[in-house]
Amino acid sequence: MVDVLKAGLFDTIQDFGRFGMQDYGVPYSGVMDTYSATLGNSILGNEKGAAVMECTINGPQLKFNTATLICITGALMQPNLNGQTVRNNKAISVKENDVLRFGKLQYGCRCYISVLGGFRTEIVLGSRSMYQGITSKFKIERGDKLPISSLHNRNTDSLVSIKVNEKHFQTLDVDVFMGPEFKQLSVAQQKLLFHQTFSISTESNRMAYQFNELFVNDLDEIITSLVLPGTVQLTPSGQLITLMRDGQTTGGYPRILQLSKDAINILAQKSLGDKIRFKCIK
Amino acid sequence: MTNFELTYRRFSEDSILVEWPPEITKSIVYDVLSFKNMILNYNIKGIIQINNAYNSILVIYDFAIDKINDEISTLKSLYDTRVCINRPTFKLWRIPVCYDEEFGLDLDVVSKQNKLSKSEVVRLHYEPIYTIFFIGFLPGFLYLGGLDKRLHFPRRSKPRIRLKKGAVAIGGGQTGIYPNVSPGGWHIIGNSPIEFFKSANENPCFAQAGDQVQFVPIPNSEYKVLVEQIKNGTYQLESEVFDG
Repeated sequence: MVDVLKAGLFDTIQDFGRFGMQDYGVPYSGVMDTYSATLGNSILGNEKGAAVMECTINGPQLKFNTATLICITGALMQPNLNGQTVRNNKAISVKENDVLRFGKLQYGCRCYISVLGGFRTEIVLGSRSMYQGITSKFKIERGDKLPISSLHNRNTDSLVSIKVNEKHFQTLDVDVFMGPEFKQLSVAQQKLLFHQTFSISTESNRMAYQFNELFVNDLDEIITSLVLPGTVQLTPSGQLITLMRDGQTTGGYPRILQLSKDAINILAQKSLGDKIRFKCIK
Repeated sequence: MTNFELTYRRFSEDSILVEWPPEITKSIVYDVLSFKNMILNYNIKGIIQINNAYNSILVIYDFAIDKINDEISTLKSLYDTRVCINRPTFKLWRIPVCYDEEFGLDLDVVSKQNKLSKSEVVRLHYEPIYTIFFIGFLPGFLYLGGLDKRLHFPRRSKPRIRLKKGAVAIGGGQTGIYPNVSPGGWHIIGNSPIEFFKSANENPCFAQAGDQVQFVPIPNSEYKVLVEQIKNGTYQLESEVFDG
């Protein structure tokens, strides 16, 4: 069991999400940055999609009631175990009653805490991913007790820490496909879209990312149609709404771009004010 | 059966979007559903999921599609040779709705602007049989086609922050029910006590795309009784199988 002594800004349990439930209007959910979450699980030897804790901008305080191995990946938030600095991207052995805390965000936006065997919270519609109206809780709160596996601690601290691809956190470029309504933009608008940089606005969360810059356009709404995480919709008022993992399953705004799978992971690590540029891959 | 002019295009690494002409009609929706069903029945290698809306399907593969033209031509030839097979059975659901002023926050606005009496608004809403075109937006939100033209009403310019669960609403030429507390920009004319989404069930929503819905007007007193019965689990929703 893990006791939540203090919750961070927005912590949830996530795995790879719900697949095959979209006919009922259920969002995919799942970890925002699959690259970082998968890395943590791989370092611990977990299944790739084992449930992890996703922490946004600032992390929680967690007390472990079971000895286990953990790994922290994704954003760097100055983690420490009982006050001792621990590194990202390596297996850390944790004893009973150890407390994990976080400091200031250094880079990225979301960090992932993996534990040996994964978090064992409730499975609803095939997934442990928290989502309002589906799971009984939609975020982690102070006082929560999160079940983890009581597997024996297999080994002590490993000295190896994996070097992550820095580009994942630093690049401006977000790779995109042309969306179904892309061609409705004028040639000049198409050029501008790939030339301009956009900065992340406060209206950005697990459902969608938005930007401070407006993209002036006169596109018509479409008949409500299908969207995926990574679909960029353009509203009449010029907002570019990039749907993320908890995004709705259908939408009525023109879909001008579709982020690649890697690009969704990259965008998920951007926070308020960070800049991006769309780069067409086909 | 009519063969529509379809367009096929890559949507993401692992998905293909197939689109019918941009119209909201029953014949297109049933063609969408029958093609979707046919692809699923053919067990084409790698296809793991198909989502649909009014005039489109999104075919999702479990791999990054390398030879997009090969996959598209497989889908095309399937559409061209399709015959009506394995038609799923559809149901007609009778959904109780209370149109009392307590729930129908916008009955006034809709009746005034559309120059109808409130009782006419209510009657025009419960008389037709609606078709569930698809479920989207929120878990259990049914997109219903078949709203009487006299009830068409534009969306609110500013959505309400918090609508009551079960709110029955009109948005443009569509009508639907908010399955849970939610923000929403449609105009509210009633409320249904029915649970549209139960995440504990294997089939979390009783209805599916292609089914039909008829609203049954109920007085406030019966609404309260139904709320209790639904809570106790003693309520049975009425339905019948129909020949689509």
